[in-house]
Amino acid sequence: MKQIFESLEKDARLTSEQISTMTGIPAAEVEKTIKKAEKDRAILRYKTVIDWAKLGEEQVWALVEVKVVPQRDVGFDAIAERIYRFPQARSVYLASGTYDLAILVAGKTMQEVAVFVSEKLAPLETVEGTVTHFILKKYKEDGEILQGGEGIKRLPITP
Amino acid sequence: MSKSGSTRVKVAHSYISEKVTNIPPSGIRRFFDLISSMEGVISLGVGEPDFVTPWHIREAAIYSFEKGYTMYTSNQGLPQLRQELAKYLESCYGLSYNPDSELLITVGVSEGLDLALRAILNPGDEVIMPDPCYVAYPATASLAGGVPVLVPTTEEHDFKITAEDIERRITQRTKAILIGYPANPTGAVMAKKELTQIAELAQQYDLLVISDEVYDQLVYGIEHTCFASLPEMRDRTILLNGFSKAYAMTGWRIGYAAGSHEIIEAMTKIHQYTMLCAPIMGQMAAIEALKKGSSEVQAMVREYDRRRRVMVKGLRDIGLSCFEPKGAFYAFPSVKATGLTSEEFAEKLLTEEKVAVVPGCAFGQYGEGYVRCCYATSLPEIEEALKRMGRFIDKHR
Repeated sequence: MKQIFESLEKDARLTSEQISTMTGIPAAEVEKTIKKAEKDRAILRYKTVIDWAKLGEEQVWALVEVKVVPQRDVGFDAIAERIYRFPQARSVYLASGTYDLAILVAGKTMQEVAVFVSEKLAPLETVEGTVTHFILKKYKEDGEILQGGEGIKRLPITP
Repeated sequence: MSKSGSTRVKVAHSYISEKVTNIPPSGIRRFFDLISSMEGVISLGVGEPDFVTPWHIREAAIYSFEKGYTMYTSNQGLPQLRQELAKYLESCYGLSYNPDSELLITVGVSEGLDLALRAILNPGDEVIMPDPCYVAYPATASLAGGVPVLVPTTEEHDFKITAEDIERRITQRTKAILIGYPANPTGAVMAKKELTQIAELAQQYDLLVISDEVYDQLVYGIEHTCFASLPEMRDRTILLNGFSKAYAMTGWRIGYAAGSHEIIEAMTKIHQYTMLCAPIMGQMAAIEALKKGSSEVQAMVREYDRRRRVMVKGLRDIGLSCFEPKGAFYAFPSVKATGLTSEEFAEKLLTEEKVAVVPGCAFGQYGEGYVRCCYATSLPEIEEALKRMGRFIDKHR
């Protein structure tokens, strides 16, 4: 079964028939397995990795470190939940170390990100402090190298 | 000004030795020249992975440069590499080789094969090998003064060589059996039982077996049997292997030979005069590959398996009969249905649809009627190639 998801993770557009060919698992079974995983939210969504900069769309990203006060009974979960509901917070992680939550924030402009941090994030009751790192350049995202890459250098015919 | 030319009588002779003149050029070369002048070609004609060597292996080589490892190594290869290799062969196949006297690091399996044949053959000695087989087998045997004796293998028997067919070709001059499974160009893999029968034959007739196992890790749904691990075969086998295919390290040129002290010593003798040693950077990279490369190999094998299934099904769907290859990264479909020879097929396919395959006749007489399609290429490329081939078949059926 793992092969089904490995194939899909590489290319979400594969059909059940294609996956069936690749894995030798009957197409109906592939279909059923995927449906179940979707229902169980083991598969959350199918998305595309896009290099927006290449399309001329500007996007500003920032990694925001947030120090918070954990609360009785709910620990960090309640504050994390309050934060992740903002659509600007694209990823939210609880991290070990000098701060508690690591948040990836995206916006159209630097101003937009700054406003989000200063007006929405920082004023939250249990937030003790934030440190905002603007992303200057993306080299690799989700396992994909954005620029350059390596290309195939082998000769077209070899023994 | 020189006066030569006017005074010397020109004689119609060649400077090239008869031995070299008599060896046919590799059938693959001509296609290479043809392709070089074309654009938009999808090549299924390669014999190497499309993966780049895993980064940690490259990084280890870079680090070794920085530390100044730029010298010769001992003739046999870096002791650390031989020790790692001994450990690896022990854990993989339960084989124990003394790293000081029974292992030799070579410049790819190609050199290992050359050394093995030169070390054991007297002029006229015969070497039995399958047909079709890797292009270098017969040529290397001839260059070493031997006589290649080809055993036909067929699609009906999954391109496996049988002990029975070998036995019929054994003569007083037979010195060795040369096999390479998983096979290039067919992708055939031999079962343990079938190899055991060959092993028994080797014992019965006192023959050596040269076993090229460079694709040993690239097997799908079947276990590879190392020939040397068969009962009583360790000292009768010259095991050849390397890092090219499993670790995607073709350009590093690192292979190895394992065998009895007597044979490895003889091979080392030739190696020390002709090659001196394998390149040190490749050897440093190979150490890293053995120590930490296994997870990448497994990931690559899983990816090859996906592509293999797509390729084989695709070839069958477009109407070519194709036996199921269980190893290496080649499919070997029959093109007999088109009425074209394998060379015509490959040439027309290239010019009409820009897909490069290797004609089976390049690998021997019994490869005629087949073409080698390498699936070490991205899935979208394989699918596009199959689409083009389908169009081509429809036109020529």
